[in-house]
Amino acid sequence: MENFDQIELDILNKLKNINDRSSLDLFKTEVFGKKGSITELFKKIVSLDQNKKKDYAAKLNELKQKVEKTIKTRFIEFDQVEINKKLKSEKIDVTLPGRAFFSGKIHPVSQVIDEVTSIFSEIGFSVEEGPDVENEYYNFSALNTPKNHPARDMHDTFYLDHSKELLLRTHTSPVQIRTMLNSKPPFKIIAPGRTYRCDSDQTHAPMFHQLEGLHIDKNINMGHLKGCLYYFVKKFFEIDKVKIRFRPSHFPFTEPSAEVDIGYRIQDGKIKIGEGDKWLEILGCGMVHPKVLKNVKVNPKEYQGYAFGVGIDRLAMLKYGINDLRAFFESDIRWLEFYGFDPLDVPTNYRGLSR
Amino acid sequence: MIISLSWLRNHLSTKANLKKIIERLTEVGLEVENVKTPNNDLDNFVICKIVKSQKHPNADKLKLCDIDVGKGSLIKVVCGAPNARDGLFTVYAPPESIIPKTKMKLKVAKIRGVESYGMLCSGNELNQSSDKDGIIELKKNEKEIGKKYFKSSAEDVIDIAITPNRSDCLGVRGIARDLAASGLGELKKQPPIKINQKFKQPIKVSIKKEKNQGCGVFGSIYIKNVKNKESPNWLKDKIVSLGLKPISAIVDITNYIMFDLNRPMHAYDADKINKEIIVRNSKKGEAFEALDNKKYTLDNNMCVITDKSDVLGLGGIIGGTKSGTELSTKNILLESAYFFPSEIRRTAKNLNIDTDAKYRFERGVDPKSVQMGLELAMCMVLDICGGEASKLSIVGKLKNDNKSIDLNYEKFLRTIGYSITSSEIKKILSSLGCEVKAGKKSIKVAPPSWREDLKEDIDLIEELVRIKGYDKIPLINPEKENIKETLNNRQKLFHFSQRSVASRGFIEAITWSFTDSKVDSFFSDLNEEIRISNPISSDLDVLRSSMYSNLMLAAKKNIHRNFEDLMLFEIGPVFHEKKPGKQSTVIGAIKTGKYSRKNWIEKERSFDVFDIKNDVIRTLIEIGIDSSKLSISNKTKKWYHPGRSGLISLESANGPELAYFGEIHPSLIKKLDLRVESVLGFEIFLDNMPDLGKKIREAKPEFIVSDYQKVVRDFAFVIDEKYSSGEIVNLVKNIDKDLIKNVKIFDVYQGENINLGKKSIAFNVTFEPKDKTLSEEDIEQASKKIISSVQNTTGATLRS
Repeated sequence: MENFDQIELDILNKLKNINDRSSLDLFKTEVFGKKGSITELFKKIVSLDQNKKKDYAAKLNELKQKVEKTIKTRFIEFDQVEINKKLKSEKIDVTLPGRAFFSGKIHPVSQVIDEVTSIFSEIGFSVEEGPDVENEYYNFSALNTPKNHPARDMHDTFYLDHSKELLLRTHTSPVQIRTMLNSKPPFKIIAPGRTYRCDSDQTHAPMFHQLEGLHIDKNINMGHLKGCLYYFVKKFFEIDKVKIRFRPSHFPFTEPSAEVDIGYRIQDGKIKIGEGDKWLEILGCGMVHPKVLKNVKVNPKEYQGYAFGVGIDRLAMLKYGINDLRAFFESDIRWLEFYGFDPLDVPTNYRGLSR
Repeated sequence: MIISLSWLRNHLSTKANLKKIIERLTEVGLEVENVKTPNNDLDNFVICKIVKSQKHPNADKLKLCDIDVGKGSLIKVVCGAPNARDGLFTVYAPPESIIPKTKMKLKVAKIRGVESYGMLCSGNELNQSSDKDGIIELKKNEKEIGKKYFKSSAEDVIDIAITPNRSDCLGVRGIARDLAASGLGELKKQPPIKINQKFKQPIKVSIKKEKNQGCGVFGSIYIKNVKNKESPNWLKDKIVSLGLKPISAIVDITNYIMFDLNRPMHAYDADKINKEIIVRNSKKGEAFEALDNKKYTLDNNMCVITDKSDVLGLGGIIGGTKSGTELSTKNILLESAYFFPSEIRRTAKNLNIDTDAKYRFERGVDPKSVQMGLELAMCMVLDICGGEASKLSIVGKLKNDNKSIDLNYEKFLRTIGYSITSSEIKKILSSLGCEVKAGKKSIKVAPPSWREDLKEDIDLIEELVRIKGYDKIPLINPEKENIKETLNNRQKLFHFSQRSVASRGFIEAITWSFTDSKVDSFFSDLNEEIRISNPISSDLDVLRSSMYSNLMLAAKKNIHRNFEDLMLFEIGPVFHEKKPGKQSTVIGAIKTGKYSRKNWIEKERSFDVFDIKNDVIRTLIEIGIDSSKLSISNKTKKWYHPGRSGLISLESANGPELAYFGEIHPSLIKKLDLRVESVLGFEIFLDNMPDLGKKIREAKPEFIVSDYQKVVRDFAFVIDEKYSSGEIVNLVKNIDKDLIKNVKIFDVYQGENINLGKKSIAFNVTFEPKDKTLSEEDIEQASKKIISSVQNTTGATLRS
């Protein structure tokens, strides 16, 4: 019988002296190839006596495994050397800038519309829209603001014709009218959108955004209005406690009418909403005037409810500390990048309204 | 409306202080806009003594005075007054004070080489008298040196925003009444007037019966032998507290009554009236000079007060100079009239006049206050100016529509959410001047003549809750139940697409819905632009018909500021016609500059059409349109580069237009002075998007994957250049839709080795069998089919 110990010693010695991968490949073939030394030894098994066979095979297998393992180890050694070599030569300066990418932004007004929509969605409001160009009737008359009424002075109106029949809506309230005319009560809607008035200075822009709210049902009273707006203000400003003041006012299309102020104070040059002893007007509201309901063929003896209107741009300014209303619409890329929101920041209830 | 506390106290007896009053005013709906301390500029003016006065070294007419203002050291002042002398007590204005007459701010100044710290004042400079020949001479003693010259009669005034329904609160008494009703004191009774008038008002008054006659009642009183003069101080103070200028006793009295009782009055110099007063409609072309020193030319049918020869004034709006009172006026005619709000408003709008009287009449003046106003004014005139008054003349009569309102007790609870007792209702409404008669279920209410805004029960409910306090309204938590889905499909599409475009790196802008007609015309298909009658400026004169108009202007502003790598978009309305609803929602996006400006890592390159195409297609896919349904053609619009733009439509080139994309026409870039090589853009027409109707999960086919190997084969043809890549791809795809999964162009080449007018195009085709492994033979067959199809349809030759 062969001297397996000697064979093993020979092979391992040879392996030790191999210094590169290709020689190792070659050696592997010399041993395990079709005519390799160990392969040849295996071929012998058939010709052996039955009694020797077992012992021979066992030893040979042992040898095979040992050699295989050693070869594998040598391969790993060579891999490691190669990798190390590669690592040494492949050092880059990772502080260099990467490839260009572009971060888009969502305008703060759009973001706030989404925030507000998310809040009202939680308490059962759905979104309606109306046209920017309106008839005099929908914008004023149907809202109990007849021609030659001084209340119209509060709305510096853009007209599209000389008979003053066509105009750019001065508020989102005409959406109330269109919604109620097109459908049957109950109504529970909000309507965000562009509104227009022809004055322009630091605090007024010829175009701005409003959000109209309307809730009409059989038993809706002013307490519901109050509850709804408290809920909204708390959620929007993301504060638990909030100082809110309802004070009587006048709008032709609601009665009783109210303006809503929130408490604030200035702390370290920044506005703190919800506390303090200063008041800031944020919205107008009231119980929908019975005349308005009659105008849209809703029976005021059966149905009643409330409406409100909020300035969206103003909400955005308050929440995000933006001072200049005009800057919203100037498209200065620096401003838009600074105040804009990541498109992935979709305001939701579960993830929080804002980051 | 401006009121001072002392004036308020003329009508209201209350212990409440300013703070409490301010709070209550706001609580009852009389919103306090601010509290002003007027004329605190005057606090600077102090009593001083000239210790020594000597001749100015460089000027004969000037003196150099050492002034004691009670601060220990003396102050040097240069003074030109002849009466400046040692020992004189006078008024000193330090540097930084504002001289009432000239509104000039004093500064330390060198006068002929000598520094003067402030000045000594004349009566004229302080608006105290017309005396400008010398400085004021005061009879004071040493103790008063350094004290304020102006008594702090300067009182805090409250500026209240009066809503248009509350004309009664355009008079102090109305405000006092509201405060009293709310429990903050008591409304004082007006003292009775007893004058024995002996003669009849001698000037004939008539109101012409005409259509649209703007005057309902004209009351007048004649006072002879008055001595008009400066108003007494108490009256001057009142007038000044309103922010007005005292003029003369007679004018100040009419103003006082207007602000006291919301009762506009007018005083004529009776001697300047030609025979009689006729109230009539104006005729086109009539003209008069008003007290604001402007000449007005009238239209037809404006209510004018005239005499036999001239227009004396616009009824209820403004008087004329012809019959205006002066200090020399001897005999006056006082007018107290009722003008109809809508006529006042029409006339004032037409002539663009705004006056305190007009403001009141258009909101409604108590029609029953005609007589009271006359009597009060008369008393004051007699009191201050003397004279003898005639009897009242009242011409015209108003319809007496004394309506009464039925208020159901339950309705208050139903509307407001808490209940109120009948006795409370009674108390509040009567304190506001209503006459009430309580019944079992309801209460009958007759509102006072000064509250024309109270017409129906809801108006009374508002009064009740306003006076009781809005803080008593309960807070009912909202129900969290939805009647319908928050957003409809269109609205969802809006939100998805907005954020999809932003996620591609575009920054959202919001621009005006109007724009410059010149710019809009570049990007417009409209036959007629949509003009605004009264634009805020001539470069914002039309409603935009394209998203590009304002985006280009925005780009220009940024580029000119050296921000030249830009990706901007806007989502919003564009307008097609001058009619409600003739608008559609569009996303416009523009991209300009370089993809990687001066970058170490790769070669810099400008954005190109395929960048913007990529952006638009990705958004279309993200909003849920099946990419296989997008048909791309080279149809384009005039504002795009004709060879570098295209249309994406649904299903086929003639299907609904989903979007245009491409390079903006180079000549527009020049015209707009954008100073960049090129601008790329896309427009997505959201209103043209198919209504997907189904949820994505419902629209999806069954999930089937093939277990068999896919095979990819390359093809290259030389083909006439008129064929677009899109056409080839479609052609190949349609050969065997079941087998061919994808066709991808990987090379297009024109130039050397390719004949003129031809191009080489290379693409690979992915075969994906459904039911068996493809054999070489199958692939060979399919390839042959592709080659022959392309050759037969286009005349192309296979490239080897």
